Amino acid sequence: MIDTLRLTAESAKELVRAKEISGDELFAAYLDAIGERDPELHCFLHVCEASPGDGIPIAIKDVIGTKGVPTTAGSKILEGYVPVYDATVAARCKEHGLRLLGKTNTDEFAMGSSTENSAYGPSHNPWDPTRVPGGSGGGSAAAVSAGLAPWALGSDTGGSIKQPSALCGNVGLRPTYGTVSRFGVVAFASSLDQVGPVAKTVRDCAYLYSVISGRDENDSTTVEVPPVEIPESADLRGVRIGVPRELNEAEGIEPGVTAAVSAAIEQLAALGAEVDECSLPRSVEYGLACYYLIAPAEASSNLARYDGVRYGLRSEGADFREMVMNTRHDGLGDEPKRRIMLGTYALSSGYYDAYYGTAQKVRTVIKREHDAVFEGFDALVCPTSPTVAFPLGARADNPLAMYLSDLLTIPSCVAGLPGLNVPCGLSDGLPVGLQLIGPQFSENTLFRVGHALEQALAFDYVPARYRR
Amino acid sequence: MTWEAVIGLEIHVQLKTRTKMFCRCENGFGGAPNTQTCPVCLAFPGALPVPNRRAVEETIKLGLALGCTVADRAIFHRKNYFYPDLPKAYQISQYDEPLCSNGTLAVPTPDGEITVGIIRAHLEEDAAKNVHVAESGRLHGATATLVDFNRGGTPLVEIVTAPDLHDADTAKRFLQLLRQTVVELGLSDAELEKGSMRFDVNVSVRPAGSDELRTRTELKNMNSFNFAAKGIEREIARQIRVYEAGDVVEQETLHFDPTNEDSPPIRSKEEAQDYRYLPEPDLVPVHPPAEVVDRLRGEIGELPGARIARIAKTLSFYDADVLVTGDLDRLWSAVVGAGASPKDAANVLANQFVASGVDPAAVDATELAKLVRARGDIPRAAFDTALAHAGDPGFSAEPYLAQKAVADVDQLDPVIDRVLAANPGQVEQFRGGKEGLLGFFVGQVMKETGGTADARVVNQRLREKLGRS
Repeated sequence: MIDTLRLTAESAKELVRAKEISGDELFAAYLDAIGERDPELHCFLHVCEASPGDGIPIAIKDVIGTKGVPTTAGSKILEGYVPVYDATVAARCKEHGLRLLGKTNTDEFAMGSSTENSAYGPSHNPWDPTRVPGGSGGGSAAAVSAGLAPWALGSDTGGSIKQPSALCGNVGLRPTYGTVSRFGVVAFASSLDQVGPVAKTVRDCAYLYSVISGRDENDSTTVEVPPVEIPESADLRGVRIGVPRELNEAEGIEPGVTAAVSAAIEQLAALGAEVDECSLPRSVEYGLACYYLIAPAEASSNLARYDGVRYGLRSEGADFREMVMNTRHDGLGDEPKRRIMLGTYALSSGYYDAYYGTAQKVRTVIKREHDAVFEGFDALVCPTSPTVAFPLGARADNPLAMYLSDLLTIPSCVAGLPGLNVPCGLSDGLPVGLQLIGPQFSENTLFRVGHALEQALAFDYVPARYRR
Repeated sequence: MTWEAVIGLEIHVQLKTRTKMFCRCENGFGGAPNTQTCPVCLAFPGALPVPNRRAVEETIKLGLALGCTVADRAIFHRKNYFYPDLPKAYQISQYDEPLCSNGTLAVPTPDGEITVGIIRAHLEEDAAKNVHVAESGRLHGATATLVDFNRGGTPLVEIVTAPDLHDADTAKRFLQLLRQTVVELGLSDAELEKGSMRFDVNVSVRPAGSDELRTRTELKNMNSFNFAAKGIEREIARQIRVYEAGDVVEQETLHFDPTNEDSPPIRSKEEAQDYRYLPEPDLVPVHPPAEVVDRLRGEIGELPGARIARIAKTLSFYDADVLVTGDLDRLWSAVVGAGASPKDAANVLANQFVASGVDPAAVDATELAKLVRARGDIPRAAFDTALAHAGDPGFSAEPYLAQKAVADVDQLDPVIDRVLAANPGQVEQFRGGKEGLLGFFVGQVMKETGGTADARVVNQRLREKLGRS
């Protein structure tokens, strides 16, 4: 009997290599787990049949195009759409022998922090199914924590990998912008979107990052990346870690979250890291506002292609204009519509300079503020989410409260920097996530620090209710 | 009051690169609908553009040919609007940081050179093609729109001129010259019928001597240069009539029927479209390396405008214009270089040679020069036959030069007398002052002699016999 709840990708690979289990048995074990637990959790929008091979199974967020496998991005407007080509990241997983288990749930077009904006219904948190798994990549994060997949791919625009990983108690990396190809990934906000791995351990996360990262000739914004180092050491001597005041003392951070993160920071110091306070005042004050101009502006343009002409939903109309309006009225949910309106406004003639133009300038300020801080530190640490997983429905009717879920993840996303969520404890029986932020291309440092912390904290990533 | 027209042009030229602007689909005309498409040019979810290096270089080359400054940093923008032929619902174009800007094109005219400012030359992608069909399959009463995405995403250079043109004829000359420049640079077929060159014309008028810019109208869909000249002339006249009647010209677009020059254009109000330009986040800025720009500059030969100006110093403007626009000037130079008189060479090339349909590139200039020199000494028929074979491989003028025209008056006089006797009416008219008829009599004599007569002797004898020498 394979215990998918506890099994890491690394140990699964070892079991297959040692021929203790076959690849097909492994795949079947995950299908069984999905059959058992997904009716309650609703992590998957589509489950695949076993593909040939001995590779480790993987779940992929439904904004990532997969050839021959439906890809909806959580939207009705793409219901029934089956890509004719693989996203580069999906193709790279295949090239490494990884076998697609299925497509995971997401807020519609990755717009949201709870999966409640999915047109196909929300996912549930495996630690407490009355609570959200976070979002937008709640399906991937919940699937990994519930043992429905050893690891998964997510996508992160303003926190969609890091925040669900925090709320579900696993490891998620948002890589440096430009290190992972966006080709074939349904675009939300092109200058912010990055695909990244979700896993149970930092080592698994680093390995999966090595699979998907690197220059792609189909994505002009990608670059070559330094060789990925799978972390081994628990020694953090010589590593300088900054604790940005504004990200650790922001209004709305729950005491239980602060307690767990503070304890972890002490642990970092105990491992030999030099820990000191620092400050990112403007990044935190203006980050959210900046993000909510840039992301909707790009989204308003990116989502314009869903016009009913070539694929996906079409609602008939008397002429082209009416057909497009009906299609988008019927096919898009409230959140995409809200952001399209915000973004269209921000780009409109006469408002562009005041909104989009200013946001771009602020973005530069935020980047420079981070650059300056990283002259003194190798990594920064803070909570990933101000709160633990919140109940379904708690913020669903209040977009602004929902947007604040990403307060701590957004500034570094706007700066294009990598961020790693590592679970650091529980608060009221729910996981607390710690966020490590580094300068551009510092993934190896984040893996090193994350791995050391993971070893020291020995967080049990199996949700308490599933433990035997 | 006298009026001055103010004309500006916006020209689109399709580059004939092997692949499209942002994907690897074949860039070709005439494939079966929707066969030259891929996820990128169909705007499937997740597809991303990758710029065509060749297209960027060709745009720079054209910009250099137009005297433009090549930007150190150029960026692409998204121009957002919904239309069935625009699959992403935005066109990737350039906005405030184009590849090329601030150039000029000197247009030679009979009255001297006119310098036309080039505001910008930028690179963008073409839209697809909408085909409106009715259930019967005909255009009339269309009930459905089909979209052919083969053209979608092909590279397009947009050239915008300053409003420096003031008459229809110069505008036409500018367009012809630009077309020839683009074709000679090998960038485009620039065929108006195929749509690989298209242009819009902005027209306004103002009191002569004033420098104000009045309301303009935009003329679209004129698919020939003559059509354009005619359309511009009519629009200038109309605007003058409007002002002289005390009215004002309204800003509007005039859509011509490309199949019928004479049908009045359909007018539409110009709606102020908000394209919500956005720097294209899927692409990085283009930084053309100096060595590439230098290499491209080195690939540009003497351009047609400069050649007209140079040749007009030797010949008339008219001859220079005909030679260059007819793509005959290189052969002309070679023939002159081989010893023919410039004027004779030009006359032969512009008239008999063009009529012969021979490819100028296939001609041995030395042999042609011999023919031109001997033109008056050999029979007309022999000359024409020689010209018709001038492009044949290994063509030699010698056998034709050996044929001497009949200059013997004793042989020619009987023929001349016969011709005069057979045409008494024309003889009377000539004697009454219609001297132009001389050519008619020469032609008749040539016909009778099978083209062997020496035209100079025939001319002289005819004048003598007709009593006017």
